[in-house]
Amino acid sequence: MKPAPFEYFVPDSLEAALDLKTKHGDEAKALAGGQSLIPAMNFRVAQPSILIDLNRIDELRFIRQNRQNGALRIGAMTVQSAAENDPLVAEHVPLLHDAIPNIAHSQIRNRGTIGGSIAHADPASELPVVCVALDARMRARSGAGERWIGAKDFFTGLFSTALQPDELLIEIEFADMPPNTGYAFMEIARRHGDYAMAGLAALLSLDAEGNCANARLVYLNVGDGPVDAIQAAASLTGKQPTEAVFKEAGHIASQQEMSPFGNLHASASYQRHLSAVLTERALAKAYERARFSQVP
Amino acid sequence: MVQLFLIRISINGNTYQHEVEPRLLLVDYIRQTAGLTGTHVGCEHGVCGACTILLDGKPVRSCLMFAVQADSHKLQTVEGLAEGEKELHPLQQAFWEAHGLQCGFCTPGILMTLLPYLNENPNPSEAEIREAISGNLCRCTGYQHIVDAAKLAAEKIHSA
Repeated sequence: MKPAPFEYFVPDSLEAALDLKTKHGDEAKALAGGQSLIPAMNFRVAQPSILIDLNRIDELRFIRQNRQNGALRIGAMTVQSAAENDPLVAEHVPLLHDAIPNIAHSQIRNRGTIGGSIAHADPASELPVVCVALDARMRARSGAGERWIGAKDFFTGLFSTALQPDELLIEIEFADMPPNTGYAFMEIARRHGDYAMAGLAALLSLDAEGNCANARLVYLNVGDGPVDAIQAAASLTGKQPTEAVFKEAGHIASQQEMSPFGNLHASASYQRHLSAVLTERALAKAYERARFSQVP
Repeated sequence: MVQLFLIRISINGNTYQHEVEPRLLLVDYIRQTAGLTGTHVGCEHGVCGACTILLDGKPVRSCLMFAVQADSHKLQTVEGLAEGEKELHPLQQAFWEAHGLQCGFCTPGILMTLLPYLNENPNPSEAEIREAISGNLCRCTGYQHIVDAAKLAAEKIHSA
């Protein structure tokens, strides 16, 4: 058998899972879809001594709208393919809808979960970038209580999050897109489904005159977590949306705000180059969508 | 002490019941415990697709699941495609006729990926087929004959 031995628990309620987390803390690893954890265990890169399998906790599988503020709430154990095909996601969080098909392959998305990918916090993965771009909120619960964590504070570094040893991520909340805002998710991988060499989530809001009001540019795989290029986004504010302005934003982000590691498939400078080119394309796409969504 | 779990799994309509260690991968259970060696083990980290099976009707990697997690679920493997010993499933027949395989190692995973896909998509384009099988690696064919076979299979399945 490939994975090292571990003690296995399969609680059928969130309460039971939290009891186990309280008791075992960091020693116990939560098993969500297992599409990142099990490969790591097969290679014995990961050897958790206790696994708490969350797959029997049906109360963590849901997609619904918050009645008070209209935000979309997604249960942490919702499988990615369910969110990919959900009409509420397509309508209210189109950036997420566009990003999900970039996650690995359909067979992986049938098992991989929204919450699992976010809690894993792989800097090369798509969902953390989408969460930061949209200022999603993460709901974490422990035996002692619960709290909401903003996406910017949730991702704390390479494969690390603000979750405490006794906490589980139970839900992610996405606010509706602001008005007059366009979006785009783009990435480049050697083959579809491979880890992307570069990629970003872009949001662009237009003011009444059709100039850039606000922008958000968040990159994957060019740092130890989602890279939020604040200066590049700020460079767009108040400007007329032109190719030159988009190009400048890509230049700032790629030259000043990211620190790609480089890897077998792409050197750090190539990752910067790809990020810059993708910025231009994503902003052009977001602009097109913002213009289309604008109410005259 | 080794923890053992009693699991009951339906594979191709037959019930299998065994005590397993939690770390036993589903693909190893299918091959070594249940004795169904049609499902192949390739990369063991979810990249190659050779171990693809249907879990409650949906294609998943059986190398990225523990057998214990499949308890009380329904699986289908490549052995469950043909109805009898002598007749091939239309999907298999199409692969036979269009030369959709050479060494055949990747074929079970590709068939189990295409089965639900072609049921839902009666007339896929070449690009759509290539996208559908993008999670299955083949090192022999260059994919052209696999795409041809998938097209032929779509015709066979939906004309029947």
